[in-house]
Amino acid sequence: MKNTEPSAARVPVGRRVFLGVAALGALGVAFGAGIQNFLGNAFGSGLGGLLPGGDRFRIYSITGTSPKIKDSDYRLRVSGLVERPKIFTLDDLKAMPSTSFVKTFQCVTGWRVPDVAWEGVLLSDILDAVGVKPEGRALTFESYDRADTESLTIDQARLPDVMVAYSMLGAPVTTEHGGPVRLYVAPMFGYKSLKWLSAIRVVSQEQPGYWEQNGYPVNGWLDGATGPTDPDPSLQ
Amino acid sequence: MSVSLARPSPQATVRILRFDRVQRAAHWANALLFGVLMFTAIPLYFGSFFGVVFPRHVIEQIHLWCGLTLPLPLIISLLGPWGRAMRHDVRRINYWTKSEIRWLRTLGRSSLDADKFNPGQKLNAIFVTVAILVMLVTGSMLQWFRFFTVDLRQGATFVHDVFALVIFVVVAGHIYMALTHRDSLRSIFKGWVSESWAKTHARGWFNEVTASDEPSRKN
Repeated sequence: MKNTEPSAARVPVGRRVFLGVAALGALGVAFGAGIQNFLGNAFGSGLGGLLPGGDRFRIYSITGTSPKIKDSDYRLRVSGLVERPKIFTLDDLKAMPSTSFVKTFQCVTGWRVPDVAWEGVLLSDILDAVGVKPEGRALTFESYDRADTESLTIDQARLPDVMVAYSMLGAPVTTEHGGPVRLYVAPMFGYKSLKWLSAIRVVSQEQPGYWEQNGYPVNGWLDGATGPTDPDPSLQ
Repeated sequence: MSVSLARPSPQATVRILRFDRVQRAAHWANALLFGVLMFTAIPLYFGSFFGVVFPRHVIEQIHLWCGLTLPLPLIISLLGPWGRAMRHDVRRINYWTKSEIRWLRTLGRSSLDADKFNPGQKLNAIFVTVAILVMLVTGSMLQWFRFFTVDLRQGATFVHDVFALVIFVVVAGHIYMALTHRDSLRSIFKGWVSESWAKTHARGWFNEVTASDEPSRKN
């Protein structure tokens, strides 16, 4: 190609813009978490929710649909290695001592929503209500979507920030968030917080749930997530 | 001179080739992939809007595979013996004259013998190219998140989302400009622009084409 001007007069703007924008992207990846946390603290999660990548939920479901369950039809069946198997209605759960706290929802794929208000019944209170037999070591959770399953050990289930939640973000748990009743396991990644909770079975040995069968760690501890070099053998 | 303009007949429009077949194919393959990616991005981002109608994992797979395929039209059209016109235009888009930089700085108020593409069009092309790279890298990080710390996953989500927003704005602007500039629009369908259009809108390029041996043939 013959240039009408000498090549010295030509500036590689394309290359510069390309490298500049690519560098911005790289900086965003490296410091995006910090930037978001800063913006979230500076402006509150209200504005953060408006920003792209801000504090907002991405709604995942395995089946692609959300099971619609009327409050009056809701049942939580607790069975297995327990002294007193019981089927809880939503009113039964609400009649139990309630616990509430404000905690972050952290997804394993990287997004997070800080300052989510949760209210419900501690899983340990439910276990006390049915009485776990000595040979009961773990829990299996089932969902109304007939696809998702989850698991916790009894010790994990008795942690003080693991609950069966009927209220979230200051209102009854919506269908898309897993309402009317979902699990919330604060110290672990979001996939452990099974939605549309339908049944809890006490079993003698932990059985990996849906996401664990698809490669996620059985123990989804938030602070254990540093990738393949993680010393925790349950990761990978 | 290898520039062969259409045979001058009284009412015939003299045509100059602006995009050869490879460039048009690359543009539309790229546009199709961008379109599908943007279309599937909406339910993935807003979840409940469409999640009831389409199974989410199907949308995810479409988005994933279109994303992985995204750089191919550009790469294939650039490499290989068929990529000559593409490579010419990459050079045009990369190297700017001082007057082009001034034109962009003054937002089009300074005089310019426009090249085949004006500085705004060049900027669009550069952005789309770098956006492909950034979206491919951050998207891959989200797909294979296991290999990254949670902070990096969050950063990748952040960048993927911010760039997606900018892409929607830029693509909307690109389509608006295309629809309001019919001669340019025709050239990405049929390849050619009229000589009179080139004289008016791409004077620098027109002078170059008529004076050099750049392969610009009648389509």
